[in-house]
Order: sequence, then structure tokens, then C-alpha cells
Amino acid sequence: MSTGVIYTETVVHAAPAEFVADAPYQMAIVSLDSGGRLTARIKGERVKIGDKVELVETREGVEYFTKK
Amino acid sequence: MRPVAVVGIGKTAFGAFPDRTLRSLAVEAGEKCMADADVSPSQIEAFYLGNFAGPSFVGQNHLAPYIAGSLGLTGVPCTRFEAACASGGSAFFHAVSSVAAGLSDIVLVAGVEKMTSRSTPEVTEILAGAGDMAGEGRAGATFPALFAMIARRHMHQYGTTREHLAAVAVKNHANGAKNPLAHMRKVITMEQALGGKMIAEPLTVFDCSLISDGAAAVVIAPLERASEFTDRPVRILGIAQTSDYVALDAKADITTFWAVHEAAEKAYKMAHVSARDIEFAEVHDCFTIAEIVATEDLGFVKKGEGGWYVLEGRTCLRAERPINASGGLKAKGHPVGATGVGQICDVALQIRGQAGELQLNRHSLGLAQNLGGSGATAVVTVLGGM
Repeated sequence: MSTGVIYTETVVHAAPAEFVADAPYQMAIVSLDSGGRLTARIKGERVKIGDKVELVETREGVEYFTKK
Repeated sequence: MRPVAVVGIGKTAFGAFPDRTLRSLAVEAGEKCMADADVSPSQIEAFYLGNFAGPSFVGQNHLAPYIAGSLGLTGVPCTRFEAACASGGSAFFHAVSSVAAGLSDIVLVAGVEKMTSRSTPEVTEILAGAGDMAGEGRAGATFPALFAMIARRHMHQYGTTREHLAAVAVKNHANGAKNPLAHMRKVITMEQALGGKMIAEPLTVFDCSLISDGAAAVVIAPLERASEFTDRPVRILGIAQTSDYVALDAKADITTFWAVHEAAEKAYKMAHVSARDIEFAEVHDCFTIAEIVATEDLGFVKKGEGGWYVLEGRTCLRAERPINASGGLKAKGHPVGATGVGQICDVALQIRGQAGELQLNRHSLGLAQNLGGSGATAVVTVLGGM
């Protein structure tokens, strides 16, 4: 599950109470090369639908992907 | 199954009411509704309540008997239904099921939510609980974020644009401005809708429904007894509730609300009608993209054409099939648990010919569509006159 393609994405500006300090942040649904989809955060450069991404970090149970 | 009719309707205004409690809003709607049906509390055989998050918003649980007691209703089954933003629709569906099955005759259904006593980040967090908190929620998804991701994918697959989304907001605000019970009675321009503050890209504040307080209620009865309560019964011709996965990333295609499509098919079949017969509809525009997707899944237009359908003006008040003549959740407000019941009131008001400035020319066959979460619950109801 370390690589995949962006199925859809958004940049969240109005965050829930728990993540207010993170905003704005990009999150996405990643179609994993190994099958299935995963909702994750994007780290670094903004991504768009169709971009190839790879897993760079898992922190507090959240996967962070970055553009390949 | 017995035919069932709506014999009374009642709504509070939707808005931000700092001096009103959840209970007082529900009681106001219930009393208005019982007065409309000329029914006394002693005649009510069961109480169904739609409420999403009263315990989180106002710290009160056991809400159905709590409200029923204040309406003078005791000694009958009183139950709260929670199905996210489809809580009201779900309560209505189960109430209709009970009357249709012959378990009870005269039933009161109410929906209520009191949201504005919490800050926006708190409300955002409570609403996020209607999604998969262990997955998308943990990654930081808000409800606007989930629908923003639906919008992005819809744009990618079908060429839907920001102008298409904005056209929903402009139309619904134009209608809501004429609705005396709407939260935001303000006309907006396309430029304003496109230039709003960003919430979750590509959705701006004008793409999102409002955080509101409010309540709505209906009395239903077997059709054969409807004349005891009203000379304008509204028949429930078809109704269905369906479900899908809660997590958005578990759905095969997020550009369709599969549960809405399934519920519509069932409701049309029960009513012996097809999509093209529906003259007007109240659909669940929690976000502008949700109205576009709903008009496709209800079969009013082909998949992918929903954006053009609204931008070309085909769903305006005086057009071929008015959508959200009431102003929709967008302008009317979205007190979550009240929404599904409020939609039934709005469709019934049109069928009864009592919608005032918003009265439609063709109003004998209407539809209400209520959505929970990012599509995990859907309720579709087809309503008609006599």
C-alpha cells in the first residue's frame, strides 16, 4: 500500500476543532496500486486527480502521501 | 399495506435562535402540526423523532419522550431515529411503515436540531461524526471536505464547473428570499457565489448549507381516516429508505449516490410513476454539488448532466421542473434532524396549494429526497394530491 494514484482531493480551509492548527491542509482519496482506496493527508506539493503518489509517513494513525 | 396520508404539517422558522431550546422548537412545530390537523395529543398513538446529535449539541439524551411529554403525550411509543442528515426522513419512513402495516393509525413525526449554541469548529467536528471517524475523520475530513472531493471527481469525470455549482446557490437563494420561514432570505449573484470564502476547495461558503436551529412536524393517518382531520390530505404514494457504505472511500463511484438511485427506483415503483412524471422536488442540497448529483440519481437528467440542468435554468421556480422551490437547505437552513421532515412539509404545502409567493403552477405530484452522511442513508418519498 505504499504507492497509488489520486482519485480525488480537496484542500480543507475550515477544519474541525481537532485540526484547526493544521488548516489549510490537503487530503485525498488514493487508489492504491495494491488495490482498494484510502483517505489520507498529502504532504508537500499540492496534488491533483491522476497524480502518482507514495506513502512517506504514518503518524497518529494517519497516512501521509507525497507526489512521486 | 394501507394507503397513508399526511393530514397535518407544522414548522418553526429555521435560523439562529440563541434564546430558544431544542425542546421549545420541537414543541412549537408539534403544536402547530397538531393544530393544523385538528388533532389532540390524546389521539396520537405513537411519536417518531428525527434528531442527529442532540446529545452532542445540547447535552440531552432520551429526546423522544422528553419532547413528547411537553406535547402532552404519554403512554405511547416515543422513539428517536438517528441517520445523520437523514434522521428526519428515516423517522418519517418508519412512521409511515407502522401506519401502513396497521400497527397504529394517528402518528406524530417530528424532526429537530439545535446547532447554533456551539462554535463553528465544534459543529464541524460533531457533523464529521456522521462519517467514518476511524478512517476519513482521522485524516481530517469535514463534511464540506467529503462533498468537495465528490465535486472534484464529478468535475473531472463530467466537466462540471464552478459556475454549475454556483448556479445552485443563486437559484436556491432566489427562492429562499421568498420563503418567510427561511434562515437566509437574501438574493445572491453569480459573482458573489463564485467569490465566497473558501471552505474546502472547490467549495466556498456559498456552496454550503447553513448551520441552523429549527423543527418540523407532520401528522400521518390511514387515507381512509384522513377526512376526519383535513379536507386536503396529501397521499404518500411511494416511499423507500436505503443504505450504502458510510466511508466515502468504500464507494465504487463517488459521483453517484447509489442509495438515492435505489430509493428512487423503489419509491417510483411503489407510486406507479417514473422520474419524468415528477412535477417538482425538494432535494437534499447540503452542498451545491449534492443537488447536482441528486437530480441525476433521481433520474431527472442523465448522469453528468446535472450541472447544465441547473445552469440552463431548467429547475427554477417557473421552469419545467422546479427543484427546491422552498430555497433548499442552502437558503432555508439545515437544522439536520429537522430537514427530512421539513421537506415533507414543504412538498405537502405545494400540493395543498398553500405555498404563497412560492406556489408552483404544477403541484400535484412532488418528491422529497433526504440524504444522510455522504450517501450512507437515503430516503425518497413521492407525494400526491387526491
